[in-house]
Amino acid sequence: MGNITLKQVTKNFDGHEVIQPLDLSIENGEFVVFVGPSGCGKSTMLRMIAGLEDVSSGKIEIDGQDATETPPAKRGLAMVFQSYALYPHMSVRNNIAFPLKRTKMDAALIKDKVEKVAETLNLAAYLDRRPGQLSGGQRQRVAIGRAIVREPSAFLFDEPLSNLDAALRVNMRLEISQLHKDLKTTMIYVTHDQVEAMTMADKIVVFNAGNIEQVGSPMALYRHPVNKFVAGFIGSPKMNFIDIEETVEGQPVTCMGVRPEHLVLSDTAGTWKGKVGVLEHLGSDTFLHVDIPGVKLTVRADGNCPYEYGDEVYVSPIPNQVHYFDSIGNAVCNESIARTTASVSSISKTADS
Amino acid sequence: MATTSSRFLGRAMVSPAVVLLFIWMIVPLAMTIYYSFLNYNLLMPGMQEFIGWLNYEYFLTDPAFLESFYNTLLLVCGVLAITIIGGTAIAVLLDQAIVGRNIVRILVLAPFFVMPTVSALVWKNMFMNPVNGLFAHLFTFFGFEAYDFLSQAPLASIILIVSWQWLPFAALILLTAIQSLDQEQLEAAELDGAGPMARFFLIVVPHLSRAITAVILIETIFLLSVFAEILVTTNGGPGYASTNITYLIYSQSLLDFDVGAGSAGGIIAVILANIVAIFLMRMIGKNLEK
Ligand SMILES: Nc1ncnc2c1ncn2[C@@H]1O[C@H](COP(=O)(O)OP(=O)(O)OP(=O)(O)O)[C@@H](O)[C@H]1O
Ligand SMILES: [Mg+2]
Repeated sequence: MGNITLKQVTKNFDGHEVIQPLDLSIENGEFVVFVGPSGCGKSTMLRMIAGLEDVSSGKIEIDGQDATETPPAKRGLAMVFQSYALYPHMSVRNNIAFPLKRTKMDAALIKDKVEKVAETLNLAAYLDRRPGQLSGGQRQRVAIGRAIVREPSAFLFDEPLSNLDAALRVNMRLEISQLHKDLKTTMIYVTHDQVEAMTMADKIVVFNAGNIEQVGSPMALYRHPVNKFVAGFIGSPKMNFIDIEETVEGQPVTCMGVRPEHLVLSDTAGTWKGKVGVLEHLGSDTFLHVDIPGVKLTVRADGNCPYEYGDEVYVSPIPNQVHYFDSIGNAVCNESIARTTASVSSISKTADS
Repeated sequence: MATTSSRFLGRAMVSPAVVLLFIWMIVPLAMTIYYSFLNYNLLMPGMQEFIGWLNYEYFLTDPAFLESFYNTLLLVCGVLAITIIGGTAIAVLLDQAIVGRNIVRILVLAPFFVMPTVSALVWKNMFMNPVNGLFAHLFTFFGFEAYDFLSQAPLASIILIVSWQWLPFAALILLTAIQSLDQEQLEAAELDGAGPMARFFLIVVPHLSRAITAVILIETIFLLSVFAEILVTTNGGPGYASTNITYLIYSQSLLDFDVGAGSAGGIIAVILANIVAIFLMRMIGKNLEK
């Protein structure tokens, strides 16, 4: 079991409010990702769930039981730290066995379990080495092994991949996802990398300055961000924002957002006319930075797109893929995706003028 | 130091210092060796004559030698044990966020800045004096008889005094070592179910092992030559009960005016110190490789 419920949890550091009152419920077996910019309180939140940090007010329930005052070891949660936090003077074997040795478990059984975990994580050959003699990825696996071997009711990961190089990160991302499929244990995963969030999560929790901005599945967040912050944070490259003065379905909007993949290019006609700036060729895709009067738009086009630096192009949004935000940044009529072409063309006038 | 020329330059640059150090060491050593083969008594100047190994035989067969050798070992080991155990305890305490931590830190460090003679005198006269000392007052206050530390337990008293001087040093080194311990390791251990004791012995102590080795090495070098504390408090007595080898050499050459025997004792002390050094270097080498 691994249900975790947060009720009105807050955190103050010396009177400075780092986490504002927030509610969150995490179901058993879910892969939940906390994302947000640096310093927004993700680690603090995770450490409060782990019990390494006291909550200032509110309640944390694990499997329906109030665990706010439970010491960390009794919560049945395992944590993987960003710095791995391996015990440098112990062999890999002893590192993995450490949590089991704290219980009154039989030595032969411990040996069995450690070897089984080492087997699944491809660590069998390194059992007698010390952490200092391992590569970053191997250390990461040892840290995960030390967490798995306890068979916890939930795993907590604090940016576990941020010390690895890009290729290894992609690999480990897959391995952790696979692990989640195999173990079906609740996992809470902190990252500030939205790609990790999108690819791994069942449920993404977007943090900003100690608040939860939105909770939802990756695709829900991508399709229906509730505000400008989430819209800009989820998706890569970032959503384009264009300032407008308009009324959409009876509500005043001040900003329009279109994702780069929802803009189409044309030689002859379109909503905006602009000049192609820098092009980024990724092979499969090309990202074009198009200067239109007043804004720079990022457009995602095909890998073999014919445009070059300085070309004149027309850019138009795919009509029903446009997001509108009001003056305080909240999304306007988020659910109604079907937007009239009329309203888009009226925007083009404001952008052109 | 990759290329031949830079290596040569490197050697050329350090050579003056090395040569100076070498002369500094070799001249006194050579003179001591020379004196150790002479019958050289300060009461009979100009009567030096070569007497071979006689000084060594005299020094080694002196019953005082064995006793002072034993005392030296006891002194070094006793002080090491007290300072390392006590130093670790103080370091752990100072690492906690207690009120007035900075003041406590300075107070803890203070004894290290007191000169050995001064601290020995303070202990002798203000604490251990059987009539006026603080301990005597305490003892009589609680209804015991005053205890004359320096004549009844001379070596233990000296160990206490020297430990008091070296405790700050050990505590300071161990404190910096504790502070360099990655907090996440302790948190991980806590999550893994290790209680405070297990965390201390399984995580903190192994982390401290290097610092402890360094403390042992440095302190041993100084503790082998403890002298002022003995001279000021017990004069090596009663009998030879608090004489260490350093003090024995002093009493041979300057109290008995026998420079020859003193020099022989000096050479023996150098040999013993080197044996200790070899052991320590082995131990440290093993510990530092980790
Ligand atoms: N022990 C502490 N004392 C005071 N303030 C703290 C403490 N720990 C964290 N903070 C503050 O709390 C805020 C949230 O920190 P936290 O470590 O949770 O950020 P984060 O979201 O994990 O950021 P990152 O992505 O950079 O790891 C920060 O503004 C930080 O300065
Ligand atoms: Mg963090």
